[in-house]
Amino acid sequence: MTRLAATDLSLDYGGRPIVRDLSLAVPDGRVTVIIGPNACGKSTLLRALARLLAPARGTVTLDGKAIARQPTREVARVLGLLPQTPLAPEGITVADLVARGRSPHQGAFRQWSRADESAVAAALEATGTADLAGLRVEELSGGQRQRAWIAMALAQETPLLLLDEPTTFLDLRHQIEVLALVRRLNRDLGRTVVMVLHDIGLACRYADHLVAMRDGCILAEGTPEAVVTPATIRAVFGLEARVIPDPETGTPLVIPRREP
Amino acid sequence: MTEAGHLVWRRGRWSLRLRRRGVAALLGLALALGALALASLCLGEPTLGPGAALRALLGPGDAAFAVGTLRAPRLLTGLCAGACLGLSGAMMQSLARNPLASPDLLGFTQGAGLGAVATIARTGAQGVGVAAAALGGGLAAAVLVGALAWKGGLRVWRLVLVGIGVGFALRAGTDVLMTRTDLFSASAATQWLTGSLNARLWSHAAQAGVGLAVLGPLGLALGRGLDRLEMGEDVATALGVRTGLVRLATVAVAVGLAAVAVAACGPVAFVALVAGPIGRRLSGGGGPALGPAALTGALLLCAADLAGRVLLAPMQLPAGLFTALIGAPYLLWLLATQIRKGAL
Ligand SMILES: Nc1ncnc2c1ncn2[C@@H]1O[C@H](COP(=O)(O)OP(=O)(O)O)[C@@H](O)[C@H]1O
Ligand SMILES: [Mg+2]
Repeated sequence: MTRLAATDLSLDYGGRPIVRDLSLAVPDGRVTVIIGPNACGKSTLLRALARLLAPARGTVTLDGKAIARQPTREVARVLGLLPQTPLAPEGITVADLVARGRSPHQGAFRQWSRADESAVAAALEATGTADLAGLRVEELSGGQRQRAWIAMALAQETPLLLLDEPTTFLDLRHQIEVLALVRRLNRDLGRTVVMVLHDIGLACRYADHLVAMRDGCILAEGTPEAVVTPATIRAVFGLEARVIPDPETGTPLVIPRREP
Repeated sequence: MTEAGHLVWRRGRWSLRLRRRGVAALLGLALALGALALASLCLGEPTLGPGAALRALLGPGDAAFAVGTLRAPRLLTGLCAGACLGLSGAMMQSLARNPLASPDLLGFTQGAGLGAVATIARTGAQGVGVAAAALGGGLAAAVLVGALAWKGGLRVWRLVLVGIGVGFALRAGTDVLMTRTDLFSASAATQWLTGSLNARLWSHAAQAGVGLAVLGPLGLALGRGLDRLEMGEDVATALGVRTGLVRLATVAVAVGLAAVAVAACGPVAFVALVAGPIGRRLSGGGGPALGPAALTGALLLCAADLAGRVLLAPMQLPAGLFTALIGAPYLLWLLATQIRKGAL
């Protein structure tokens, strides 16, 4: 089953084609990870899946209907997105930022229901940002800031969550924490997650479904074991590498060959 | 019910949540505004005590003319026009995410001024006709500046530079129109070039009041959308904001508010530029703080008018002169910091 899908999708920026004839069915209740070289169109694809970019051709469907035709507020109750470099309003506190995640559930006279309150508290708790709640976002370190943004996306409580490189700026421990959190959301709460990751080893550890892109096309998709082979690494990244089982998890681990 | 930093009120499906700091800012500004309003009614020739001024406002008596006919409508016009300017500026600054993007730097105010003067010069019209022409002029200026600054997208510094240029041209056009018609007395000319609350009548106050009553709530209602838009187009859309609609409505309402103010007291400079950042600072940041910005605008304009009226009495200096005295150094400081930050 798939609630979110792209069919024959072509995307461009100002006439420059970025993604071409791409089809993708996001598996429900799974963690899908997109990998690929810089500038291959991963963020662009994610933006189109979140109706932030109108397709040049093809469609994105949510629950079988074109996402562009659905009221944006209703989509926002089902589908959340954290962009790669979000902007924090000057002077906003972490608590207020996370509370903004409740927007699609709120109205002019429905500003703070009990559900809003508990969702924000849970999001702060889950991301370990509860202690930072009173601080201004500009006072935080890169890693703390990233976790505050993730908390905002969590507070939205959408069954589908798109995350664009949620682990950039994070040290290894915080990367693992964020990915473990994403897995918990998926396993315990059944959230469907699509995220872009840079580290292939971590992508293999945490992905149920792995999508490898190059030049705006999907070259391979499937389980990490099926996708990550020396041949696909060569095709996708132009890199000669060995693939060995991760001694910790058994998932594929990419070891680049030493230069001749 | 309370919660760290916020006041929360719930009843059934309804709930309200106010930031304590924002509420404190609103209350403080409202108190200051009340005091200033009372001072405006009391000071001048003749100077009255507070009790006497309020009695003169309500009933007949020696001072009824000075208070009820001269000072009260002037005060009310200033309050409404100032609130319009403050709100308009804060909305545009929030939309552009830049403190330079106020209607007086973007040319909207000058466009409204030219529209108003052109109508007065051609038809001698007063009242609603002038306001409508100011609105038309402001909208035309907004479209013109937007079109001239467009380069596959809009950048704030281009908008501001083009806006300043267009503003000067429109201001020159206003000058020309005024010298070529003899409808303008010296005091009317001052009003249309500097902005002044001199000789405002109850009709002006009513017009500015109606404008504020219609556009003010619309502007405040856009605050939630602007709050989210400050996190960028993508996050706002992901949170369910119809960003295109919010942008368009914001520009339309902001131009309308500036036009209401210009029709009431001429193109007063810098109130719209200064009020937004002050309101934001007072309420602790994190959002456009439209309410505090509106009250700050009202406070600034009325204070400038009072200063112009009593400091060198019997000489009457236009309010726009005093707002420029505060605003021009602020603008220089702002430009310097923006250039240093590399934003320009
Ligand atoms: N807003 C934009 N306007 C124009 N071009 C863009 C924009 N965003 C991305 N691009 C271009 O699209 C291509 C793909 O970008 P992106 O999807 O961000 O790549 P990545 O796979 O690294 O996330 C890049 O060449 C980039 O320069
Ligand atoms: Mg990217």
